[in-house]
Order: sequence, then structure tokens, then C-alpha cells
Amino acid sequence: MANPLKCDLCAKPATVHLTQIVSNKVHKVDLCETCAQAKGVTDPSGFSLADLLLKASLNPDTPAAGGRCEQCGFTQSDFKKHGRFGCPTCYEAFKGVVEPMLDTMHKGTTHTGKIPQRALERKSIYDRLTKLELDLTEAIKSERYEDAARARDEISQVKQTVPSNPKSAR
Amino acid sequence: MTIASLIDSPSELTDAASSKTAIVLMTRIRLARNLSGTAFPGWAKPAQREEVLRICREAVAATSPMKRSLNITVGELSDLEKQILVERHLISRELSGAKGGAGVVISKDQAFSVMVNEEDHLRIQVLRSGFQLKKAWNAITELDSALEDHLDYAFTPTLGYLTACPTNLGTAMRASAMMHLPALVISNQMEKVVRAVNQLGMVVRGLFGEGSDASGSIFQISNQTTLGESEGEIIKRLHTVLQSIIEHELNAREKLLEADAGKLFDKVGRAFGILQNSHLLSSGEAMNLLSLIRLGIDLAVFPDASRSVIDRLFIEAQPGHLQHAQKGEFDPAQRDLLRAARLRSEFANFAPPNFSFSTNGKN
Repeated sequence: MANPLKCDLCAKPATVHLTQIVSNKVHKVDLCETCAQAKGVTDPSGFSLADLLLKASLNPDTPAAGGRCEQCGFTQSDFKKHGRFGCPTCYEAFKGVVEPMLDTMHKGTTHTGKIPQRALERKSIYDRLTKLELDLTEAIKSERYEDAARARDEISQVKQTVPSNPKSAR
Repeated sequence: MTIASLIDSPSELTDAASSKTAIVLMTRIRLARNLSGTAFPGWAKPAQREEVLRICREAVAATSPMKRSLNITVGELSDLEKQILVERHLISRELSGAKGGAGVVISKDQAFSVMVNEEDHLRIQVLRSGFQLKKAWNAITELDSALEDHLDYAFTPTLGYLTACPTNLGTAMRASAMMHLPALVISNQMEKVVRAVNQLGMVVRGLFGEGSDASGSIFQISNQTTLGESEGEIIKRLHTVLQSIIEHELNAREKLLEADAGKLFDKVGRAFGILQNSHLLSSGEAMNLLSLIRLGIDLAVFPDASRSVIDRLFIEAQPGHLQHAQKGEFDPAQRDLLRAARLRSEFANFAPPNFSFSTNGKN
């Protein structure tokens, strides 16, 4: 074989190939003999592919494991304990854990629904303002007065387009 | 608005005029939303929870559907008041058990409720009696967009709305219908239906959600997944599933009538007898008897106009509502006495059953 399949759990050549349909979605897993035995795959009644996929992604030995959310201090073992995340930023911090889970959990892995359009526009305006204010300070510090004037003008321009005051509990 | 006046005004569910549909009692949609850069309620420190509560209550109260709403913290509610709100599906059991820094805003007509600091910062909900998924969606997305003007939601283009639990990511929407399925229960087909519905990515639960039993043959059917499909697609899919469940229920009713109408009418007639004469009724038994009367209405044994009475009694037979009506707190045995008395008086004036037309009555 030119390209033998490797076991999804360890790197040995896979000899057991499983296909399971959950909620009209096909899931495939390739395992080596040892892992298949260890996971109880040989007993078809007690085996759920979804469990295996989920556990594989939560296994602390996998490279995705470890880490801590900088924003809220949440750790991966906290997630294993609670089944909930600590804050929105956790989804970035634990990307490696979340992504493999989504495939079994949901119909797709990408959002295609409603977008909070106005909130996003407001956010991009605020991000732009923050950057311009930084530019202004920098320019004044290094005595680049032409750049400073340009930044100042842009700031006042952007400020005119700012909609109502946003609130967050920071 | 105060909690006392809210409890004493008819809810979307107990509103007599709105009961038109036979099988779908109620449609409900809820959206989970969180503030960006802020710890989720389960991980937030008490001071953060209080801050989120203050910001969200203020923002929710400023929207137009929430004019003259009830805006209250969980700490201000008595145990009985919490129980009544749970029975009306206006707050969840989880919120009613929250320790501190949690609250709810409920619209005057009790069609909208927004829970703050439940599992997510905001749980926005709309209730509509009958089978009205589209209308419910239009109403809730409007309220959601109005809130968006005041609050910065946690959102990413790929994962959608970010929620404490990854099972709610994406649209963060749960759309559900509460269905009355007595014939499927009587003919032992519910298990089969539950399995088929699960295969289609939908979930079946009892009347009060996760872990509750299906007394009264009332079930909640909702979408399981939230990511990878738009709200419209989820609603369309749910609609199709619900339609097919309705057809199965109607078929099951016809089959029961064909096979042994006498047996079915016996159940309905006996239920009527017990409701008119019993002196001890648990809420579970009361629900099952009322369910049979409701089936009788669908089969033209009782007049159509009685359906709204039964839908009201479904709620009023619950422990919280019963104790509120009796103005006191009672132990379960006393409640069974009071419940039976309440139902006896209600059924003393109920139209008597008429089984003569029913053989043609196919709803």
C-alpha cells in the first residue's frame, strides 16, 4: 500500500476501520488492533463512535491538551469537570479541544445563521478609533506632527459615525 | 408591573381565547446570548454577576416589547412565586435555583421573558400559543436585534454566538413545540416516535423539559443542534418533523377508533367520571385525566369551546398554581384533596359527554 492509514489514537498502522452514521452524518474512525481492543470496539453493542471521538479530543495526552484561558483563568480540566466554558475567549484558548467536538455535536462546524450586524459594525469602528488614538500618541511622541494631524482629523471623522453607546461588563 | 399582578393576569398559555389548535399547544423559541469579554455566569465572580445583571436588566427593560414589564431579581421572588413562573414556562428550574446575581424580565402579556445569568448571560424567550414557529421567530429576532443596539454580544463569524456550553454554539437557538399526543401514548408508539425524531436531529422531552415525565401525554419537541444551519433552516426542518408527528397522532387516533371505539370512549368517559367525583388527585393523575378529556374534545365528545378550559386547567392543576389559588402552602396530601375539589367544581358545570356523533368525529 502506498499510503497506509494510521490509527487515529496512536500512530501505528490502522487495521480496524469503522463507519457509523449518527444523525444522518457519516463518521469514520481508523484504529490499530491494540487501540480497538482497548476501546472495546470488538464488542459492537457497547461501543459508540461519538463517545470515542469526543473522548479522543478530551484525552489529556493528545497534543491539543493543556493551556489556560488568558482572559478568565479557566483551564481544560475545568472544562472536563463542568462541561461549560469560562468566558467567550475560552473558545479561542481551547480551539484544539472545541473543533474536533463540533463535528459530532452539530450539523456543521461553521455558523451560517444570524449575524449581529450592528454590533459588529460598532465594534469595528471602536477598534479603528483605538488604533487611531494609538497612532496619534505615537506620532506626537516622535514629533511627527503631520501624521498626528492626520490621525486627529480621522478620529473626529470616525467619531461622527459612531452610533449609540455600547455596554459591556468589563 | 409587580409579580402579584403578573401572576393574577392570564398568561399566553392560560389565555382562553387563544386556544385554537388541537395538537400543538404552544410554540416556544429561545436564544442564548452573552456579553463579549465577560465571564459566563457559571464562572463569573459574584461582583461580575451583579454587574452583568444590572447592565442586562437595564438594556432589556429599554426595549419596546418590555414596556411596563416585570423586572425582578431571583432573590426578590418567594419559592411559590418561582414555582408559578416555572409552571408557566417563564423561568427555568435552573434560574429558580440560582444563588445570587440572577434575574428575569417578563413582558406584560407574558409572551416574552428574558432570563439574566442563567447558564448564559441572556436567555431570551418567546411563547406563542398554538403552532406558530414563524411568528415566534419574527418576534424574537426583533427583540434580539433591539438588544443588540445596547449590548456587545460575544460572536465570531465561524462559531456564531458564543455560549457557555458548546452544544448551543452558532445560532444559539432552541425552537420547540409542546404537543399533546395521547393516541401515540395509548397505542404504545411514543418510543418509536422518539427514536425516529432523534434520528432527524430533534429531541423529545417531557412537559417541563429535561428529565421531566410526560404526564398528560404532553411532549416538547425541539432541535438538538444549533451550528451549521441557519435559524430559518432549523425552523423549517422542525416544522416538517412536527407536521409528520401530527399526522402520526391523527392516524393513531383513527386506528384506535377503528379497532375498538368502545375502549377509547370508555377511557374518556371514566376520566370524566373521576374528574367529577374524586376526592384525591395527584397532579400526575389530574394531567392524565385532563389529557383524555382533551382527546374527547378533539373527537367531538365534548364541545370545541371546552378545549381552552382544559388548557387552562393543565396549568392550574400544577402545585404552585393550586397553592396560589388556595392562598397558602400545603403539603402534597392536602394538595391532592384541594386539587380534586377544584376539579370537581370545574367539572360540575362542564358540558356532559355526547358519544353519539363521535364515531364520525375525526378531528
